[in-house]
Amino acid sequence: METLEQIKKRIEAAVPGAKIDIVNNGSPSAQHSLKIDNEHARDVARFLRDDPALRFDFCSNVTGVDWLDRVIKKTVKTKQVVDGVEKDVDLTSEEKIPGYLEAVYHLFSIAHKHGPVIIRMQTGRANAQLSSLTPIWRSAELQEREIFDLYGIKFEGHPDLRRILMWDEFEDFPMRKDYRPPDDFEWEPTPHDDVLERAKQHYPARPTETELKPS
Amino acid sequence: MSATSSQELEQAPPRMSSRLEGELMEVSLGPQHPSTHGVFRMNVALEGEIVRKLKPVFGYLHRNHEQIGESAGYLQAMPYTDRLDYFCSMTNNWAYALSVEKLAGIEVPERAEYLRIILAELTRLQNHTSLLGFLLSDMGAWGTPLMYAFREREKILDLFESLSGARMMCDYMRFGGCRVDANDDWIAGAKKIVDLFPKFLDEFEDLILQNEIVIARTQHVGKLSPELAISAGITGPMLRASGVNYDIRKIDKYGFYPRFKFRVPLGDHGDTYDRLMMRALEMRESLSILQQAFAQIQPGPVMNPKVKIRAFKPPVGEAYGRIEAPKGELGFYLISDGSANPYRYRVRPPSFINLTILEDMCLGHTVADVMVILGSIDIVMGEVDR
Amino acid sequence: MGDEIDEGLRSELQRQGIWVTSMQELYNWGRKNSIWPLQFGLACCAIEMIATAASRYDIARFGAEVFRPSPRQADLMIVAGTVTKKMAPQIVRLYNQMPDPKYVIAMGACAISGGPFKQGYNVLKGIDRYIPVDVYIPGCPPRPEALLHAFMELQRKIDNQKLSGPNKSDHLDREHPSEYPVPAFGKHDLVPRANPDVFRPPQIERV
Repeated sequence: METLEQIKKRIEAAVPGAKIDIVNNGSPSAQHSLKIDNEHARDVARFLRDDPALRFDFCSNVTGVDWLDRVIKKTVKTKQVVDGVEKDVDLTSEEKIPGYLEAVYHLFSIAHKHGPVIIRMQTGRANAQLSSLTPIWRSAELQEREIFDLYGIKFEGHPDLRRILMWDEFEDFPMRKDYRPPDDFEWEPTPHDDVLERAKQHYPARPTETELKPS
Repeated sequence: MSATSSQELEQAPPRMSSRLEGELMEVSLGPQHPSTHGVFRMNVALEGEIVRKLKPVFGYLHRNHEQIGESAGYLQAMPYTDRLDYFCSMTNNWAYALSVEKLAGIEVPERAEYLRIILAELTRLQNHTSLLGFLLSDMGAWGTPLMYAFREREKILDLFESLSGARMMCDYMRFGGCRVDANDDWIAGAKKIVDLFPKFLDEFEDLILQNEIVIARTQHVGKLSPELAISAGITGPMLRASGVNYDIRKIDKYGFYPRFKFRVPLGDHGDTYDRLMMRALEMRESLSILQQAFAQIQPGPVMNPKVKIRAFKPPVGEAYGRIEAPKGELGFYLISDGSANPYRYRVRPPSFINLTILEDMCLGHTVADVMVILGSIDIVMGEVDR
Repeated sequence: MGDEIDEGLRSELQRQGIWVTSMQELYNWGRKNSIWPLQFGLACCAIEMIATAASRYDIARFGAEVFRPSPRQADLMIVAGTVTKKMAPQIVRLYNQMPDPKYVIAMGACAISGGPFKQGYNVLKGIDRYIPVDVYIPGCPPRPEALLHAFMELQRKIDNQKLSGPNKSDHLDREHPSEYPVPAFGKHDLVPRANPDVFRPPQIERV
């Protein structure tokens, strides 16, 4: 299989205007991924599926990921001249990344028996919208519905975007990291951690001094 | 395969010209229904007895597996994987262990790899036997085939129990190996069961595969073309029944599978009969793998001593690991932020994705065929809804 | 019907070849040995329920192998598996459709309390929030032997039910409800969250 750099170059040549970034993965799995932009997503996907050398005809897995706002601290070692002497100084910079939702597609090729190539698309947490890849790979149909249900990403161009696991009247997106489940902690025989905190709200109030006094 | 879009792949439903064109009747099959394999529901629009539309309804067993996996530690998620596809806890364990091993770059000792293969193939045997039993009872052979199937399944469950302590929820594998070692008696007992299994398989095949009613009910029912199967992400025996040679044991070469000689059975027609045959043939191959494994397995450690499975913290990154589970490609996608629990824990459930084309397969068939087609997909709701 | 038969008299008569019984005993004996369960599985425990009905464990020994696909013909509901919030209304509906006398076995940790999945957003914390339960079996999943034990407990319960008098069985009491309200799907949770007539959690006392 071609390297990700080669694939990236070929996509950029085939789909004019497409913005492709390589997302590095530091773990030993070394499964790096391609971040593609929402506007050209379907063209890129079509290219990946139809290109005779790549032929990613099998979209195995579609995952939704919720990234909350986070601050990344970067420490860079620089050499500075302090009082005429060169010293190593650590410069700490803080980068604030606003939260976003992500859809990750794992692609394999049954024709050439290679893979995976991982593509990811990102959208803001409010009013989340991405273009659906169901027209390219039918296997994304139920999985994109699941992401719509649990994360609230609207997939534009999906043939049948409804809630799939939760009931239709349900309004929340329970897999988002800031979801709080309904308060049904009235009877918790073995509470601990967060559950204990929420169960305590259902405990009866402590008896007052006057109530405790024997009459 | 040519580049065809999903619109072109969708075939027009066959019409019966002599029928009166009446109104469609909507019927809800399930979630409580004798042959929906758990709490699965289908809304079906019928013209007489012929299915014209079919919409599956999911979620009746959605028990938040993925969210629990994200709030629990890496080791804590292992017993939860047992409850995904509750027929095949061993292969679920393996898929999860494999993903974590990929994420953290863990080596597995040789004996553990052999034990994993033995247990995975035993799981495949008991899953496929039970499936054939259930499929036959969906066709109306209520009782007998299922009783035979469960008789054999119990023998394999006894093996699991004597090794791991539990019949169904084995929780046996760990990242970096297996929890306990199998002693020689266990191996000898397993070999005895595997030696006797072909006799049962011969008997079972005589009973069901040449049966006229089975042939009439399954041949040319629920055909699935290879193009549609690939596009819809179908995996496992169902994909191979359509004639696509794709077995992850051969492709990914995970575990020690490259050391084993086995064939990948392929179907010609992609109908329900092929899917049924695929299970029967795969069991023969599993038996061959098991015999080779019993001959090759050597004593040794079963756990990588460098791995601290408690308070396990993998490096930052992500990994997707997949195995050929009895139902298809079972994958786990883990995103680690360096803490003790995964930031994202995703299961790629084969039975859920195999249901994508249920409607396409059922259109134009009778309601009774829908049950047979559904049975041949081999779904387990714990995995479909998670 | 009426009071208990004198055991001495009964054995004396039996020795003479006369078998004496009461209406209540005969009725309960018949009922307890032909409990027809509803064929209805939810999750993992359902597989153990099938194993109980299959070759090795053979629930037919207890006269309960006739799994009925329709609630109208069933006496016993084995809630075998995790009850999700999406499924709970259907279970209550099925229970309501069963004719009296009807019994419920909550099989496994999930049906009792939500079990390992208790803290999930879509998992009901025990089916006893909506319908009364007769026998609870712990385990995840309970072994087939445990289900057989639950069966025997249920048989014992049926055997001891009175047909008349002040302690007569609930199902013979006209005032006793045999149907319970079906919860509705709400925007965030089921409405109501539990049926207060059925679900009375133990009060936490502070000393």
